[in-house]
Amino acid sequence: MAFVAFGQSTPQKQQGPTKSGRIALVLLTPGLAYLGLFFITPLISLITTSLKTASASGVIGRYDFALEFGNYAFAIGQYAPQIFRSFAYALIATVVALLISYPIAYFIGVKARNKPLLQGLLLTLVIAPFFISFLLRTFAWKQIFSNDSFIVNLLKDIGIFGADTNIIGTDFAVVFGLVYNFIPFMTLPIYASLDRLDLRLVEAGGDLYANPATTFWKITFPLSLPGVISGTLLTFIPISGDYVVASRDFLGSSSTAMIGNVVETNFLRIQDYPTASALSVMLMATIVVLVSAYVRRSGTDDLL
Amino acid sequence: MSNSFVAQGQDLELQGIRKEFPGFVAVNDLDLKIPAGEFFALLGPSGCGKTTTLRMIAGLESPSAGKILLGGKDVTNTKPHERPVNTVFQNYALFPHMSVIENVAFGLRQRKVDEPLKRAGEALAMVELEHLGERKPQQLSGGQQQRVALARAMVNRPSLLLLDEPLGALDLKLRRQMQIELKAIQMEVGLTFLHVTHDQEEAMDMADTVAVMNQGHIEQLGAPEALYDRPKTAFVAKFLGQSNIFVGEVTESNEVVSISYNQTKLSALAKRCEKSSGRIAFGVRPEKVQFHEDKPEDNPGLNILGPGQITDIRFTGVSNQYQIEIPKVGEITVFAQNIGRSPVVELGATVWVSWKVEHTFGLSDLPSGTEIAE
Repeated sequence: MAFVAFGQSTPQKQQGPTKSGRIALVLLTPGLAYLGLFFITPLISLITTSLKTASASGVIGRYDFALEFGNYAFAIGQYAPQIFRSFAYALIATVVALLISYPIAYFIGVKARNKPLLQGLLLTLVIAPFFISFLLRTFAWKQIFSNDSFIVNLLKDIGIFGADTNIIGTDFAVVFGLVYNFIPFMTLPIYASLDRLDLRLVEAGGDLYANPATTFWKITFPLSLPGVISGTLLTFIPISGDYVVASRDFLGSSSTAMIGNVVETNFLRIQDYPTASALSVMLMATIVVLVSAYVRRSGTDDLL
Repeated sequence: MSNSFVAQGQDLELQGIRKEFPGFVAVNDLDLKIPAGEFFALLGPSGCGKTTTLRMIAGLESPSAGKILLGGKDVTNTKPHERPVNTVFQNYALFPHMSVIENVAFGLRQRKVDEPLKRAGEALAMVELEHLGERKPQQLSGGQQQRVALARAMVNRPSLLLLDEPLGALDLKLRRQMQIELKAIQMEVGLTFLHVTHDQEEAMDMADTVAVMNQGHIEQLGAPEALYDRPKTAFVAKFLGQSNIFVGEVTESNEVVSISYNQTKLSALAKRCEKSSGRIAFGVRPEKVQFHEDKPEDNPGLNILGPGQITDIRFTGVSNQYQIEIPKVGEITVFAQNIGRSPVVELGATVWVSWKVEHTFGLSDLPSGTEIAE
């Protein structure tokens, strides 16, 4: 009898999860469809394109399906400097942006915490650049950095720069532009972390003999790490693939080209789709590897 | 525990401490001396300035005026991390990104004490949590977190340990248990404890000396028994336990002071009165009052009021609480223990109440509101 009763109750118990499982599936469908259509499909297309070979017909811009892994070797061989430069720029710009953004975020999230008006004003100032297209803003910097600009001439006249100094098109100009464009993406997540920081923990640090600097490094900074991690990811990833700032039309020159610029040239000008695709796939794979190593190393799960 | 570094409590002295915030004075010219090794409680309602006082002693706020001396040394302008003072915070303030043992070892590491983890382990053993050292604070229950906070502060052997309502977040049973443990630990290590609380039972139960604080100043200070037996102000009489308070003109003032209270004479011993002329307030504790079904005989040793009606009976376990409404006198509260000997009375019964003259206490002020009444 007991077994019968048990056997009867089992299907009833399973009914709940099945029903809610069906509802979950319905709810997930739009998201999954979106991902399938706009992420998986292009990704597959990109990977297959990266393995194509030049069309037997000899028409420029036509490629046949193949498994040409040599495209990758070619892309690396041809564009190693640009690949390296992209990640170097991204790394430097991310570190500089972090150094600039952390004090800003700290001031807004901690020092201005009890002054809602000041806090609101400062936050607005942080996102104010977004009100203008970043193309226009980058163009503005091109004007400022260009060789005959008022500011560059002034700095040359007062002797800070030599007469033959060139700023536009240098590593400095590009990294500067990248930092400038991505500072809000660094500042906002760090601000969000610091705004939630329980200041009583900071007081407890002082109470336990830690001087303000030690309290910062042992308590404030570790507790703001989730924001620092999100901020650096939101900065590093887009910068690695950026192709506007470093392009010749903006702050760069041929000697500052990044992967993004090479991909653009190959896709849109040379119409070498397989090489452009191979570069894109490599960029994506490298970012995934770097980011997962970074996130794992920083051990953010402990903080959540 | 054989710790080599400072293991002795020190005297704390506050001289004319004042703290002003924009728009109000939180602490008003406070003078206080706590001898080394004492368990001292600062008791008061919320907003009375007790937490501000504690924060000034910890160095988390700086006083607008006055001096703070610790072991005779002026620490008024010393930074919090340079004061030999540790705090058990109200919300515990445990570091969420560190394990329990690292939390406890934090202060030791800052002071570069040898073997911080070993000492932290010993401190955790003292609060019986040595097996939870590797956990994160948020994985512990409220009571466990409280004990970690206590261990984290005590392991440093501070000259003075500050406790900011550390038991406030615990349930009644756990609170009782923690009170006993805290008191036992304090007796064992002999540190000076300053405990800030709004719970009068907790303060009376644990502290050697209780200071009752109200509106930024200390109303009365003394041993719990003394405070309870002879409150000197109406605020203390009402905040520390309950009191029946009567206001009247003094009619007689010798060894016994009498007042006329609505044509009834009430008396108190002169040595238990703060004032003996003019309009003064007398009080008596509800458990000192007895009620009678028949009018008791007049007796110079007794204060008698009645007859009145019982308007409310509340059963609280060990005792019953009676409200007796006496015409022209007002409401009187009486506690009677449930030991089976008190008269069986029902709601609405007519009774007289009496208490011994020596149980009356005379206050230095009048309860708020009575100045305008009548």
